[in-house]
Amino acid sequence: MSSTTPLHAKHIEAGAKMVDFFGWDMPISYGSQIEEHHAVRQDAGMFDVSHMTIVDATGSQAKDYLRFLLANDVAKLQDKGKALYSGMLNEAGGVVDDLIVYHFDETNYRLVVNSATREKDMSWLREKAQGFDVTITERPEFAMIAVQGPNAKEKAASLFSDAQKEAVAGMKPFFGVQAEDLFIATTGYTGEAGYEIMVPKERAGQFWQGLLDAGVKPCGLGARDTLRLEAGMNLYGQDMDETVSPLAANMGWTITWEPADRDFVGRKALEQQREAGTDKLIGLVMTEKGVLRAGQKVRTENGEGVITSGTFSPTLGHAIAMARVPAGVGERVEVEMRKKWVTVKVVKPSFVRNGKSVL
Amino acid sequence: MSNIPSELRYASTHEWVRPEGDGVFTVGISEHAQDLLGDMVFVELPDVGDHVSAGEDVAVAESVKAASDVYAPISGEIVEVNEALEDSPEQVNSDPYGDGWLFKVKAEDPSEVDGLLDAEGYENSIDED
Repeated sequence: MSSTTPLHAKHIEAGAKMVDFFGWDMPISYGSQIEEHHAVRQDAGMFDVSHMTIVDATGSQAKDYLRFLLANDVAKLQDKGKALYSGMLNEAGGVVDDLIVYHFDETNYRLVVNSATREKDMSWLREKAQGFDVTITERPEFAMIAVQGPNAKEKAASLFSDAQKEAVAGMKPFFGVQAEDLFIATTGYTGEAGYEIMVPKERAGQFWQGLLDAGVKPCGLGARDTLRLEAGMNLYGQDMDETVSPLAANMGWTITWEPADRDFVGRKALEQQREAGTDKLIGLVMTEKGVLRAGQKVRTENGEGVITSGTFSPTLGHAIAMARVPAGVGERVEVEMRKKWVTVKVVKPSFVRNGKSVL
Repeated sequence: MSNIPSELRYASTHEWVRPEGDGVFTVGISEHAQDLLGDMVFVELPDVGDHVSAGEDVAVAESVKAASDVYAPISGEIVEVNEALEDSPEQVNSDPYGDGWLFKVKAEDPSEVDGLLDAEGYENSIDED
C-alpha cells in the first residue's frame, strides 16, 4: 500500500504522471518536466513536499540534545526562526540523514527530515534523545508546499492574510515563522528564492488551488531533481548515505568543529577521516551531446570514482553531474558513457543560482 | 490510452513505419515510447547514406530520464534524417508521428514491412509490458 499526501487528488485532477517514491504515490511531472523546470527558474513553480517528515524537538534540554545529535551546531542560531542545514551522523561518521532545523528558542526547535528515511530517522531521533529532557513529536497534521522562483514570493503572498504578510515582510533567507495557521519559511531545494509553507492538511487542497489560480505552475519530482542538481544540492541516498563521510559529500561546511569540546555523534570518526583524508564530491560539466548519469564510472589521475547524480541541465542546455572521486583531481577527468570514455570538465559542484549559470 | 495510428506499422521495440512511396519509409518512435522516456534532450541520428539492417541500433533518443536505442525496423539505406531535431528534440514528444519523425529508409525489400506489427498488434504488445 502506498501513502498519499493531502494533495493527491489535486495531482490526479491535473493529470500528473504518478510514480512510487519510497512508498509515496507522488507526481513525477504534470506534462513536460523541462517546462516545469523553466517555470521555477523564470517565474514560479510549486512542489508538493508533504511527504517530508516534520518533527518538533521541545524541552529544557532541546538545545543540548541537538548539539549532540547534529554535526552542525544549533548554538549558532540566535535569532528566532533562523534555520540551519546539517547532517545527522552515525558513530562511524556516515550520514544518517540531512535535515533543516528551525530555532524558535532554546527549548523549541523544528526539524524537517527526508521522507525516504522517515522510520530510520524517527527511531534515531528517539534513541539519541535518551538522557535528555526533550520530547520528539512528529507533526503529521501539516501538508507542505514549496513555492519557488523569482516571482514565487509575490504570487504566494497573494494568498496571505495581512498578519501573514507582515510576518514575512523583510524575512531573510533561511528563516521560518509561524503566522496564524501557516508556517512560512524562506527555504527551498531549487537555488531560487521562495517559500516552503506548512499548511494544515484540511486546507492544503484549497491553498494549492489558490496558488494555481495565482499562476504558480505545479512541478513534479522530475523537475525537483534537475533543479536541485543545478543548484548543487545533495540528494540523500544518492550523493551520500550512511556509508559516506560528509567530508566526501561536499558537506564539510556543515560541520562545526569549534568548540572542540562539543561532543556530537560521529565526531571522533570524523576527526580521523579529516586526518586521513577522504574522497571529494566534485562537479562535472559536459558540453558535448549526451547526458551524464548516476553510476557512470569516472577515471582520474588519482584513481577511479563514480557519478552520484547526473542529468541534462535544462537551464544550461548540457549535461552536469556530481561525482565522488579521489582527492586532488585536475581540471579534467574521463567518464565512461555508453562504452566510450569521454573527457569532461571538473568544476565546483554548483551550476545555477537565481536563474543564472555560476560556471 | 496511447495514440496508435492504424495506418502505420510498428516494431515491438516501439518504432513506427510509414510508407512514402518508391520503397521509402519514414521511421519514428511511438507516442507510448516518448511518454515512457519523457522530455527528449538529444536525438542522435544515423548519417544519410548509411546501410542499416533490421534490428540494428541506428539512433539514440536521450531524455532527461534515460538514453534509449532506436532500432532500424527494416533494412535499407538512410536517405534522409530529421535535422530539425538537432535544435528541437522536444518535437519527438509533442508530435511523435509528425514533426518528430527520425529518419527515412529506402527499403532493400519493401515486403519486410509486412512482417511488422499492425496497430492492434502493437497495442497488444504494449499491454503485455
